[in-house]
Amino acid sequence: MMKVIVNVFLKAGVLDSQGKAVHHALESLHFNNVSDVRIGKQIVLNLDESDETKAMADVTKMCEELLANTVIEDYNIELVK
Amino acid sequence: MKVTILQFPGTNCEYDTQYAFEKLGAKTEILWHKSQSVPSDTDLLVVAGGFSYGDYLRSGAIAKFSPVMKAVAKYANSGGKVLGICNGFQVLTEAGLLPGALKRNESLHFISKHHHLKVIDNDNIFLEELSNGDVVNIPIAHHDGNYYIDQDGLKELYENNQVLLKYCDEDGDIKNPNGSIDAIAGICNRERNVFGLMPHPERAMEKILGSDDGLKMLQGFLKA
Repeated sequence: MMKVIVNVFLKAGVLDSQGKAVHHALESLHFNNVSDVRIGKQIVLNLDESDETKAMADVTKMCEELLANTVIEDYNIELVK
Repeated sequence: MKVTILQFPGTNCEYDTQYAFEKLGAKTEILWHKSQSVPSDTDLLVVAGGFSYGDYLRSGAIAKFSPVMKAVAKYANSGGKVLGICNGFQVLTEAGLLPGALKRNESLHFISKHHHLKVIDNDNIFLEELSNGDVVNIPIAHHDGNYYIDQDGLKELYENNQVLLKYCDEDGDIKNPNGSIDAIAGICNRERNVFGLMPHPERAMEKILGSDDGLKMLQGFLKA
């Protein structure tokens, strides 16, 4: 059993309207030291798998086929033991 | 003329679409997403609007794996005519049958109102009844209508005359409701047989309901 965390974000260069709106809200609360906000989604998977290489390969395929739309999104994968 | 209209769990524009095409004189059939094939007498396949699979994960992301989508791809790749409206456009981009993607509206708001559209390219069966520069008034109703494509892709769209419709004001000057790149509202594929747009021509069939400009937009398909 392995826990895998996938983070999906809009690509750099693709406008993140939610991030921008939250950034403005933080500024209006006088948090003036925030230079950028990006909002993404986190997908947590429990895999019946012990082979880390296989898990990484499988989850990469999941991201490419479904979990991310690579036209507009980037993803990263974290294996948690 | 036979129009087949796809229905996924969460589709909600299939009956409006059916009404629109029947008003134009077509025969119609609503096809449930579990079907493994497209009826052989289909002249036009419409992926109707709505919220397929509740827009879970991303709009259109789950629908692209429905059983019928393999048949849709086969139908499109063999030259069959396909029209995606709103969620249907999102499904077709997710399925890779149209380039680009649809992001959350720049304002983050769901937008539901009539909006003017300008015809950019009528050299295709969809818009051949209209002239370039014509302005039509068509409802939009979407949360994820912000069309995005990278710069290389955009250049390619223009080079191949795939940009069909842009958002504008009533005088035809570009006006962008949702942040779409270059205010693009509708495109087609390179082969000019797969079409997608966010606005709803099927909701503009009666003057008493605000506009019947949808008649002009959809009747091109009937002649083909």
